Amino acid sequence: MEVFDAISAKFNYWIYIIIMMIGLYAMMSKNNLVKKLIGMSIFQTAIILFYVSIGVKEGATIPILYHEQVHPAHDSGHHGSDTEHAADEHVTAHATDLHIEPDQFTNPLPHVLMLTAIVVGVATLGLGLALTQKLYREFGSIEESEILESIKSAK
Amino acid sequence: MKTLSLIAVVITGLLLLSAVHDFPDWADPESPASDYRLSQHYITQTFPETGVPNMVTAVLADYRGYDTMFETVVVFTAGIAIIGLLRRSPSSRNKDKGKATRTYKKKPDLIVDTTCRLLIPIIQIFALYVIAHGHHSPGGGFQGGVIFGASFILITLTRDLQAAQKWVPEKRILNLAGIGVLLYAGFGFACMLLGDNFLDYAILHKIMPATPTEARYHSMLGVEIGVAFTVTAIMFSIYSNLASNGEMKETL
Repeated sequence: MEVFDAISAKFNYWIYIIIMMIGLYAMMSKNNLVKKLIGMSIFQTAIILFYVSIGVKEGATIPILYHEQVHPAHDSGHHGSDTEHAADEHVTAHATDLHIEPDQFTNPLPHVLMLTAIVVGVATLGLGLALTQKLYREFGSIEESEILESIKSAK
Repeated sequence: MKTLSLIAVVITGLLLLSAVHDFPDWADPESPASDYRLSQHYITQTFPETGVPNMVTAVLADYRGYDTMFETVVVFTAGIAIIGLLRRSPSSRNKDKGKATRTYKKKPDLIVDTTCRLLIPIIQIFALYVIAHGHHSPGGGFQGGVIFGASFILITLTRDLQAAQKWVPEKRILNLAGIGVLLYAGFGFACMLLGDNFLDYAILHKIMPATPTEARYHSMLGVEIGVAFTVTAIMFSIYSNLASNGEMKETL
């Protein structure tokens, strides 16, 4: 039971390491370049899981302020330039005495880092697939060993 | 080779697992990442400083704006690299190998076609909502851009590449991607011209009819739109180049 408690208290790290190692194994051992890229994607997912799980807090919600915190008294005058200006000034005036409990919201920083990492990950995965397609055009194969073979025989 | 890599993976995994003991517990509010004053500052000061309720957007586009700008540049560069690698004129295929020319012509299916006609405008409006409402709800330039790009991919999938290219021809893709990055960088340089640091939006209140706090709020929307331009263009470009093998003629 003690072992189980030790694992369950930190299970997110166990899961991320297992997923990461599956990805690493696929990248190292697979001969097919597309399968290697799938491995890279799995590896990346593990990193994303790791970061996002660091940001989690017990009893906290997503890092967006509640509507009541932003528009405390009345929710009027958000249309039209003059009234909006007045309303925003009201919000700013309120903001100085606004009390936000840090324990109430999860850590936003890992979310930000992973948000960009996902999109950049898609872009780099696309680049990897483009390189694979180019290799297929040149060598007629996406198997690493066959490509190496034809490079050797060409020399 | 397989056993060798298995051994390496197992050893790496065991080394990482031996370090798990030192990590903070799951969902521990006292963990260093959550307890550090940077995270606390973001949570408590974002709204007073920028007027944006969604902290993720504020950190993304304002506090870490420099990082996000170069993430956009990475997306842009990846897209350009894919075009550079794969793009070729359709005529070169025939001398390459004539056997690859496909003869079948895709007939647009009535149900699929009608459903997509109805769905695509809604997808695109939702994408614009995600971009523009990123300050108040989960969303922003990256997410909205991907949804917008996906709507063009859906056109390509259900009809053909020519139909999608009516809306986003290749030239427009490159223009949009460039405009996005320039729009983002333009906000940075505008701040510099007015005498503050790069991407320090508060100074923009001098040229905007707004207070410094509102200037940060509205500049964030501006850079998010820039990000959305680039991501939309590059997402569709990646798909169309990969699916048509660089010929931009017909997809899979």
